Amino acid sequence: MLQVYVTGVGILGPGLDGWKNSRPILAGDSPYAAQECRRPQPGMLAAMERRRASATVRLGLHVAQEAVEQSGLQSDELATVFASSDGDTEIINYLCDALAAPDKTVSPTRFHNSVHNAPAGYWGIAAKSPAPANSLSCYGATFAAGLLEAACQATVEGRPVLLGVYDIAVPEPLRRARPLRTPFGAALVLDRRPSAGSISQLRIEYHTQCNAPESTVAVPQLEELRRENPAARSLPLLAAIARNEPAEVMLDYVAGNCLRVEVSP
Amino acid sequence: MAIEPLYITGLTAVNAMGSGVDAVYKALTRRETGLRRCDFEHAELDTYIGRVDGLESQPVVDALRQYDCRNNRLAQMGLRQDGFEQTVARAREQYGARRIGVFLGTSTSGILETELAYQNRNPNTGALPATLRYDYTQHNFSVVDFVQRYLQLEGPALAISTACSSSAKVFATAHRFLAAGLCDAAVVGGVDSLCLTTLYGFSSLELVSSRPCRPADPERDGISIGEAAGFVLLERARGKQMSAPVALLGYGESSDAYHMSSPHPEGAGAVRAMERALACAGLAPDDIDYINLHGTATPANDLSEDKAVRAVFGASVPCSSTKGWTGHTLGAAGITEAVIGWLCIQHGFVPGSLNTRALDPQITSKIVLRNLRQPVRRVISNSFGFGGNNCSIVLGVTA
Repeated sequence: MLQVYVTGVGILGPGLDGWKNSRPILAGDSPYAAQECRRPQPGMLAAMERRRASATVRLGLHVAQEAVEQSGLQSDELATVFASSDGDTEIINYLCDALAAPDKTVSPTRFHNSVHNAPAGYWGIAAKSPAPANSLSCYGATFAAGLLEAACQATVEGRPVLLGVYDIAVPEPLRRARPLRTPFGAALVLDRRPSAGSISQLRIEYHTQCNAPESTVAVPQLEELRRENPAARSLPLLAAIARNEPAEVMLDYVAGNCLRVEVSP
Repeated sequence: MAIEPLYITGLTAVNAMGSGVDAVYKALTRRETGLRRCDFEHAELDTYIGRVDGLESQPVVDALRQYDCRNNRLAQMGLRQDGFEQTVARAREQYGARRIGVFLGTSTSGILETELAYQNRNPNTGALPATLRYDYTQHNFSVVDFVQRYLQLEGPALAISTACSSSAKVFATAHRFLAAGLCDAAVVGGVDSLCLTTLYGFSSLELVSSRPCRPADPERDGISIGEAAGFVLLERARGKQMSAPVALLGYGESSDAYHMSSPHPEGAGAVRAMERALACAGLAPDDIDYINLHGTATPANDLSEDKAVRAVFGASVPCSSTKGWTGHTLGAAGITEAVIGWLCIQHGFVPGSLNTRALDPQITSKIVLRNLRQPVRRVISNSFGFGGNNCSIVLGVTA
C-alpha cells in the first residue's frame, strides 16, 4: 500500500478549464457544458518558446504548471513523472510524412521535440529543475502506471513528485490507426507527508485479483472522454478528489491487475 | 544509507557485436566492431550503423504475430539468448507470474512500421494502409506488452521513454517497485531498432558521423546509430547459476535543465547523476573500478561528460565508451552497457575505447585505449538523453 497526499491538481480538457472551474463540475455540483478544449498556455514558457512548443509540450506543461502553483511548492523541488500513452503524435505524423518523401528531409527541431520525454525536458528547462524526470507509457493504463511510478518515487525516494498525464488528439491520417480525437491533460502533485495545502489523501493498493470493475464518471460526455483518451482515465480519481468525501476508485492496470485507490479528504 | 542490492540472476544481449553475452564478450576482447557501412533499406546516408543480422527472416512467434515488427523481433531475439527464457521461467515458478514486473526502455519502439505505412498511403485518399497495426507495433508500450506476453508474466509493467537514458532508468523504477512491495522480481531492459526517424533525425541535427564513431578522439564528429536488445532479471536473492553474484548497487537520476538536444557544457546534470548513484550505493568514487561512459562521440557529449567525470572521480578511474563496438543504441544503450559492465566484472576486464586513434587533449579523465586485464568489482555506467535526461547506475559485487 502506498500512501500519498495530493497537494495540487491541474486539468485541461473539453469543457474542463482548470481545477477551479472543473471541480464543481466533477463533484456534480455544476452542470457540464461541452466545449472545445482551450489552447494550452503554459505561462512558464517564454512567449517565443510557447509559440514554437508542440501541442504535447504545451498541454503537458499547462496542467503541470497549474498543479504546482496550487501546491505552493517550488517547481525545482519536484521530481517529475510525465505519462502519455501515445506521445507527440503530431510530430510523429510530421516525421513519417516527411520520411515518405523522396528527399526525406526532417526538421532538426521537430526531431528533437519528438522524444517522448520532450515535456519533461521543457519542464526541467523552464522550471530550472535539476530533479529527476521520468517519462512513461502504458497504453490504456498509462495513468495507472504513472500514478504508481509517482507514488513509488514519493514514498521510496521521499521526495514530492509532479505527475503529469496527457494525450493530444491524433491527427489524420494516423487517426485511422489510432482513433483518439479529443485532447486531455491532468496533473497531480504528490507528497508522502501531509502539509497545509494537502487536498486529499490517497491510499493506493495494487491488486492482482480485481473484484470490482473500473470506476467510471457520471457525465456521459466525460465518460466517453475517459474511454477514448488514456489520460482521461484519471477522471474518476479527479472526481473523487473534487467531491471531497471518502471514496474508492478502481483503475485497471495491465495483465488484469488493478489499483484500488482510497481517497480521503 | 545504501539501498538493498538487487542481484542480476539472468541477463542477455543482442547488438551489432552478436547475439548473446558470449558473442558480445568475444567481440569486446578481439576488438571487433559491429559497425558497418549503412545498408539499411530506404536509408541513403553516408554513415555507419550497428545493425543486427537476421531480423528480416525471424518473425515473432505465431501466437503473438500481431506484434510482428523489427523492434519486437529484436526483443524476441534477445529473449532467446543466454537461457534467459528459462531463467525467467524458474523465477515465474518461484514468485508467480503476477509478482514479476517488466520495465523496458525504448525511444522509437516500432515506428518503422508506421514509416513504411506512410510510404504506402492511398494515392487518392491519403489514407494509411489498413494493415498498419499501430497499437501492436509503433506504440511505445508495444515492446513491453510483447515481452510480458512472451515471458508469460502478469505483473506490473510500463515502458520508459526518456530517449537515450531509457534503459538505465528502468533499473531505478524496478528498484522502487520492489521496495514498495509491488513485485518480488523484475525483468528490466531496453529495445531500440533501426528506423528512418532516428537515422534521418540525428542526421538533420548534424550529429551523425560519416565514419565509425570515434569516442574521445580529437577528430570525433558524431554518433553511429545502432540497434540492440538487452534484458536483466533482478531479484533480492543472489542467483546460484551465475559465476559471481553481481547486483544493482545504486542509481542516480537528474535533469540538465539546460537544452533539449545539447548537454550542459560543464556536465552539471551528469555530475548529479553520478554523485546520486554513488550515494545511493553507499560508495565513494574510489570504490569504482571502471566507468562505462555514455561516450556518444559527438564533440559536445564527450567533452561535457569528461568534465563531469573529472569533477566526480578525478583522473584515476579507468573509463571508456563502448559505442565504437555497438554504435549508439539509444533507448537500449543503458541495458547494453549494463550487460557490458557485468561482463567486465565477471571477466576482470576493461575495454579500451575502440576506434579512438588518439585522445582529445581536452579530455583528461583516464580514458583507456587498450583492453586491460585487471580485477573489476564495481562499475558505474552513464546514460544521458535528449531533454537533458541523465541516469547513472552502479553494478558490482556485494561485500
